[in-house]
Amino acid sequence: MTVTSPTRSPRTPAAASGGTRSRRRSGRGFYGLSLGAGISILVVLAAVAAFLLIEAWPAIVASREELDAISWLDASSLAVYIGPLIFGTLLSSVLALLFAVPIAVGIALFISHYAPRAIAQALGYLVDLLAAIPSVVYGLWGALWLQPVIDPFFRWLSDNLGFIPLFADYTPPARNVLAASTVLAVMILPIITAVSREVFLQAPRLHEEAALALGATRWEMVRMAVLPFGRSGVISASMLGLGRALGETMAVLMIISPGYLFSFFLLKPGQHQTIAANIASKFPEASGLSVNALIATGLALFTITFAVNMLARWVIARRKEFSGAN
Amino acid sequence: MAGAAALSAIALTLAACSSNGGTDGTDGGLSGSLAGAGSSAQEAAMAGWRAGFEEQSGVSVSYDAVGSGGGRTQFIAGGVAFAGSDAALDAAELTDAIARCNGGDVLELPVYISPIAVIYNLPGVDAEHIQMSAATIAKIFDGAITTWDDPALAAENPGVSLPSTAITPVHRSDESGTTKNFTDYLAKASGGAWSYDASGEWPIDGGQSGQGTSGLVGVVTGGEGTIGYADASRAEGLGTVAVKVGDSYVPFSPEAAAAVVDASPAAEGANATELTIEIDRATTAAGAYPLVLVSYDIACATYSDQGEADNVKAFLTYVASEAGQARAADPSVAGSAPISSALREKVQAAIDTISVG
Repeated sequence: MTVTSPTRSPRTPAAASGGTRSRRRSGRGFYGLSLGAGISILVVLAAVAAFLLIEAWPAIVASREELDAISWLDASSLAVYIGPLIFGTLLSSVLALLFAVPIAVGIALFISHYAPRAIAQALGYLVDLLAAIPSVVYGLWGALWLQPVIDPFFRWLSDNLGFIPLFADYTPPARNVLAASTVLAVMILPIITAVSREVFLQAPRLHEEAALALGATRWEMVRMAVLPFGRSGVISASMLGLGRALGETMAVLMIISPGYLFSFFLLKPGQHQTIAANIASKFPEASGLSVNALIATGLALFTITFAVNMLARWVIARRKEFSGAN
Repeated sequence: MAGAAALSAIALTLAACSSNGGTDGTDGGLSGSLAGAGSSAQEAAMAGWRAGFEEQSGVSVSYDAVGSGGGRTQFIAGGVAFAGSDAALDAAELTDAIARCNGGDVLELPVYISPIAVIYNLPGVDAEHIQMSAATIAKIFDGAITTWDDPALAAENPGVSLPSTAITPVHRSDESGTTKNFTDYLAKASGGAWSYDASGEWPIDGGQSGQGTSGLVGVVTGGEGTIGYADASRAEGLGTVAVKVGDSYVPFSPEAAAAVVDASPAAEGANATELTIEIDRATTAAGAYPLVLVSYDIACATYSDQGEADNVKAFLTYVASEAGQARAADPSVAGSAPISSALREKVQAAIDTISVG
């Protein structure tokens, strides 16, 4: 699972340097196949975008009276309705990332540079296994097991740090955005760990040995030779994780008590809701314009995910010269 | 699918044969299939009725729980022979429904009565039911009463030692008929303590909530000092509130739920076939439990197809019958409240008008 694959020129010189006609033809055939595969990605993406836009359009252009007829759309316009949902989606995902990235980098470093070979391999398998668990199972785990377990911690947080608005007014059971983010963090941990581990393993051996030869401790070696090399890889790993967290549905649906507010009360129930969970909860009984309105929120999610990926690309491109990969 | 197609082909043949014969569809000779759609509140009861009716008559009934609004729309469009709906048809829908029913009457039959329990999880309180007036319930869900030992609660529960645990109200996060009936009760019975209108969406921002009945019950069970509202059949293992009616407190029971339906006046525009009821939430009738959900089965008095008319007539007769109501009342089916025999007579008289024309 490499992320920052170096760009290759599409045709290798070998193809040009003679060979029989049939070999050349098969080479061209393969070129066509891979070109087709590349184009199909664009076609699928365009098809999804077109579907979202066409289906969302009636809701986007609907008058206020028409929107008022939707029982759950208690807002003056579609944008006012989607706003808090975008906020909730971003908040839960960013919090999850905040929890997951340091732990994931730690695990990845341990596997790649600290653990004995046997343990490293077993640990790697376990982390990959974590990625294979379906999200509805994470939802059940969060709702039935984690909530009672995390409850005393949230209580403590609210009692002792409640003067900070972030942690004020905890109401058990733990069905707030912080609980949801905790589960999301566990869910995105494997992907971030796996990608970071691959990148760290690729850190140039010579750099590492040079650092050690200069008298660096193992930690100094990691800091000087491994982390700078892996930085862009960790960023893209985080963005992959963020993408998963943004679109996560079942876990959030089962854990959070939804609300539609711009609120930073992380421990209060009924403040936040994510776009994906909102669609899942409203869709079963939706008909007519309300379906279009839900798809419009889906379009917003699509746009956000797209923007996040663009941002990640930009960050990686900007940092390329420091990465040591060139 | 092939089987269903074959069955409906036979149904058509039979319909053609019997169209010059008697129209009494309740005795034998039924076959084919019958499609309905609508209220998800009725889904569990409908599953019981479908199975019971199929055993009895061999007619296979399908019911798509798309929601009340969707059911009414499908019925009016002619997609289904009958609809289940938590609300009566409005004026515009009624006009369309009469057109769909070949100009004949429309049947609205209150055949599903489900008490809604106010449930709480308060370990250590030995009272069988905590007693509350509608105003107290409204204040709790509105956030005006925040602890279980609030003077208002203590005054209504003499002799019960209530803990100082904080109250956590839990509501439904999805739109639901249960929420609509609960808020309707609070709006009408609380004497102004509840300042919101009845609505299927919970009217207050924030607070704990659960997705669907099982989600809500899960949250109430998972917390301490929690209070919520749910279909009474799902209240097992939790405390339930006895609500104040007149001067006494009535816990939910099938009989009490049926009693409030009998004590309630007919809704505006009701007639011999549209048996719509305006639930009297503020009733003072002894032994009545006003926190109920009533769901209607909507059908035509006139169908163009003999087989369809016979099937609808026989099915609704079964649904309203003592056996049908008892089946739905079984806690393992839907735990609903059977309709009273007085109401059954009215419902049966309406069903008897179904004919082909």
